[in-house]
Amino acid sequence: METITTDVAIIGAGGAGLRAAIALAETDPTLRIALISKVYPMRSHTCAAEGGAAGVIKPDDSFDMHFDDTVGGGDWLSDQDCVEYFIHEAPKELLQLEHWGCPWNREADGSVAVRPFGGMKKKRTWFAADKSGFHILHTLFQTSLQFPSITRYDEYYALDLLVDDGRCQGVTAMEMRSGELRQIHAKAVIVAGGGAGRMFPFSTNGAIKTGDGMAMAYRAGAPLKDMEFVQYHPTGLPNTGSLLTEACRGEGGILVNKHGRRYLADYGMGPETPVGQPQLKTMELGPRDRVSQAYWHELQKGNTVTTQWGECVLLDMRHLGEKKINERLPLVRELAEAYLGVDIVKDAVPIRPVVHYMMGGISTNTAAATPLPGLFAAGECACVSLNGANRLGSNSLVELLVFGRRAALSAIEHIQGLPAGNAVALNAQAEKTQQRIGDLLSRTDGTESMSGLRKEMMDTMEKNVGIYRTEEGLQEGVSKIHELRQRYQRVILTDKSSVFNTDLFQVLELGSMLDCAEAVTVGALARKESRGAHQRLDYVERDDKNFLCHTMVHHQGLDVPRVDYLDVVITKSPPGVRDYSGDHK
Amino acid sequence: MSRNPLIREVPPTSWYFRHPRYLRYMSREITSIFIGAYCVLLVVGLQRLSAGPAAWEGFLAALKSPASVVFQFLCLVAAVYHAATWFNATQKAMPIQIGEDFVPGNLISGAHYAAWAVLSVVVLFVAGVF
Amino acid sequence: MKERLVQLEVLRYNPDTDTEAHFQRYEVMCQEEWVVLDALNKIKADIDPTLNYRWSCHMAVCGSCGMMINGEPKLSCHAFLRAYEGVIRVEPLAHFPVERDLVTAPDDFMEKLKRVKPYIIPKEKKPISEGEYKQTPAQLMKFRQYSMCINCMLCYAACPEYGLTPDFIGPAALTLAHRYNQDSRDGGRKERQEVVATHEGVWECTFVGACSEVCPAHVDPASALQQMKITSSIDWIVEHLIPGGKS
Repeated sequence: METITTDVAIIGAGGAGLRAAIALAETDPTLRIALISKVYPMRSHTCAAEGGAAGVIKPDDSFDMHFDDTVGGGDWLSDQDCVEYFIHEAPKELLQLEHWGCPWNREADGSVAVRPFGGMKKKRTWFAADKSGFHILHTLFQTSLQFPSITRYDEYYALDLLVDDGRCQGVTAMEMRSGELRQIHAKAVIVAGGGAGRMFPFSTNGAIKTGDGMAMAYRAGAPLKDMEFVQYHPTGLPNTGSLLTEACRGEGGILVNKHGRRYLADYGMGPETPVGQPQLKTMELGPRDRVSQAYWHELQKGNTVTTQWGECVLLDMRHLGEKKINERLPLVRELAEAYLGVDIVKDAVPIRPVVHYMMGGISTNTAAATPLPGLFAAGECACVSLNGANRLGSNSLVELLVFGRRAALSAIEHIQGLPAGNAVALNAQAEKTQQRIGDLLSRTDGTESMSGLRKEMMDTMEKNVGIYRTEEGLQEGVSKIHELRQRYQRVILTDKSSVFNTDLFQVLELGSMLDCAEAVTVGALARKESRGAHQRLDYVERDDKNFLCHTMVHHQGLDVPRVDYLDVVITKSPPGVRDYSGDHK
Repeated sequence: MSRNPLIREVPPTSWYFRHPRYLRYMSREITSIFIGAYCVLLVVGLQRLSAGPAAWEGFLAALKSPASVVFQFLCLVAAVYHAATWFNATQKAMPIQIGEDFVPGNLISGAHYAAWAVLSVVVLFVAGVF
Repeated sequence: MKERLVQLEVLRYNPDTDTEAHFQRYEVMCQEEWVVLDALNKIKADIDPTLNYRWSCHMAVCGSCGMMINGEPKLSCHAFLRAYEGVIRVEPLAHFPVERDLVTAPDDFMEKLKRVKPYIIPKEKKPISEGEYKQTPAQLMKFRQYSMCINCMLCYAACPEYGLTPDFIGPAALTLAHRYNQDSRDGGRKERQEVVATHEGVWECTFVGACSEVCPAHVDPASALQQMKITSSIDWIVEHLIPGGKS
């Protein structure tokens, strides 16, 4: 097996991975940086983010307001020291992107424009039409091309972290086009592998969002934190699950049920605001958890519209007019037209909530460090506890930047004066990975079909770990996912070829997703309260006495994982009431 | 076993049959042969003119032969087609931005057609057609 | 929901076992509103796990799933079954080496992308603490269209020049150079001209226009390249024909 020796290895080349790579290259041009990804960087799912990125820039805004919005939006599960760091770094990072060429929309005077977003008290979302993530990703990727110290390993599927002497010292990866394994020895590893939304059948996430980075760190001993908090985005296309950005509502779109009623007013987000004059932090600009939960209640009441794609509510943007829609929401118009046959200029578009984002992930602190020395994480795969129990729209794109950079700085600090690793020990570990993959490829006694297991996992997650959860359903979810993990040991690999064997990668991805899914179900069952995106029909209240803490799930091989808890960091905002009734009352 | 990327060669002489848009492109390019040939004809005419009145009269007579008329007609068709593709291309080569908006492409192409028509009338007028 | 039996003829090539490519016919029940990618996914899940292709976002923004569909370069997530009758022929993107089945090697494109220096080379550097570079909406609109490229490489598969002359830097990479040249914050045009205004650069383009016809992101590379030819010509005239114009 070929050995590649580098200083810092980054797994994942989306927004967080690229930002980390650039920060490393800029800070110390002598560092060797290995940027490893199972896809070419511009395919990373950052590209699908639409609405924008939040950062305090306008004179009527303040850091305190961004802090309060984020902490309240997260139902007080955010670590407040982390939020504090984040809000101060956010505008710097967004300005840095501006200097790198990101085509942010502008005001007439040439300054950066901001738009309103859900749960935010002020307009502070920087945007590039409704392709903000796309532009951020491409700006970062293109900027990264000027640094010779960044060596990219595109289409290398990372397999296992190498851990020796109590610290993470590298990773094994397979070159997808040849099927050959490599061991990459590094003094520090940054995981930036994205979320795991594909464990659900109906998701805005691309096919690549299978939690490989989370699972890799989890298997290597880093705990997963707060995995039970899965965000449903309120407005997905009902057939493909494609995202229609929150900016639809930020720009003035309204949600109505089959009676034409703006039903959000009935769920603590009213009273109604005038159509076309969106008011911040109320009605359609409520937070995502509340808006998605309102859909569920409408469904129970029979107020949804029955379409050929299932039960929907309607997102009406007609009053915005064609000019504004083309300027601000061109992608939304195209998506609805292409996949649903609805022109949003002329008709309301049927939508329903769709799995979008995982607040949980690899446990990190504000320095983007995991409890495993030498291992850092950033982006959706990490849980730095910025987003708490519910992420506010437009905080995640900034999170990639702020903590991608922070992970790089922490990695540099970590590797100072670090002794060389024990190559023999690392090699022995890498051979274990080789053995594992070799066994999979040579096995002939498989009995479980990959697509069958995957479907059972998705159905289980949808049925038992959806917007509203119960003890009974979660029990079923935990035992079913546990069973699937056992059955996965007998999965059939049909394709034994060496070159670009996607059957193999799908089997490996399924393994990652099952690990993550177990952490989600176990965490959800143990959390006997309702907070943010974790809503229980049997424990309807938030319970700050017992659960103002982070769920930490520890991998235990094939056994059920171990769960313990970590206190939430509260600095200045004690848990309070989330009020989205608007300031107009 | 390992990589052995397959190169699917482009047939160097028949690729333009693969798609109608390539045929359209080739037909545009081929019109230039006719335009070139007509330029040669004009040069020959100039040469005849310098060779004296008899040579010039002979040249004019030759132009009126049926074969020559067919040739000139083909050249005219080719020139018109070539000009049209050229004018249609102007909107791509010379986009005009006024404020935030771009002038609609067909306006730019249309202006070229209009200028062409005006110039043609002028040429015909100078030639004494009217 | 209406269903329909769809027949696909997919190019297969496995370097482990094949010396050349062949077509394989699949029949799969699909929903009317599906795209070709959905049909491929169903084939992979239910019929043949050994079929290989790339995909991710299913919303025409990640640029992974470009293929030739009935001879036309398309994103398979944006190729609606309703637009096709009879057998649908699916092949890997033209003009790129085929690694396996529908998976091509984009190395050449990636290398060319880098060569055009697709990043801001600032006109005047300033620290972050001094805030943003002012850019009016009109200045933004000047280049915005060209910043929409998703790097899907459909334009390379459509461009006969690239197919015949692989040295051609090609539509997407050159368009990206234009995008940065047009950006009010950028001062790097002269550096890029060394790559752009060459025989392998814009002058290899004969304006077939296929790139713009197949672009799923409405970028119009043909327009960008023609504009660059004009500015490069002006550069040449200034340099060679105008006394004292040499830059």
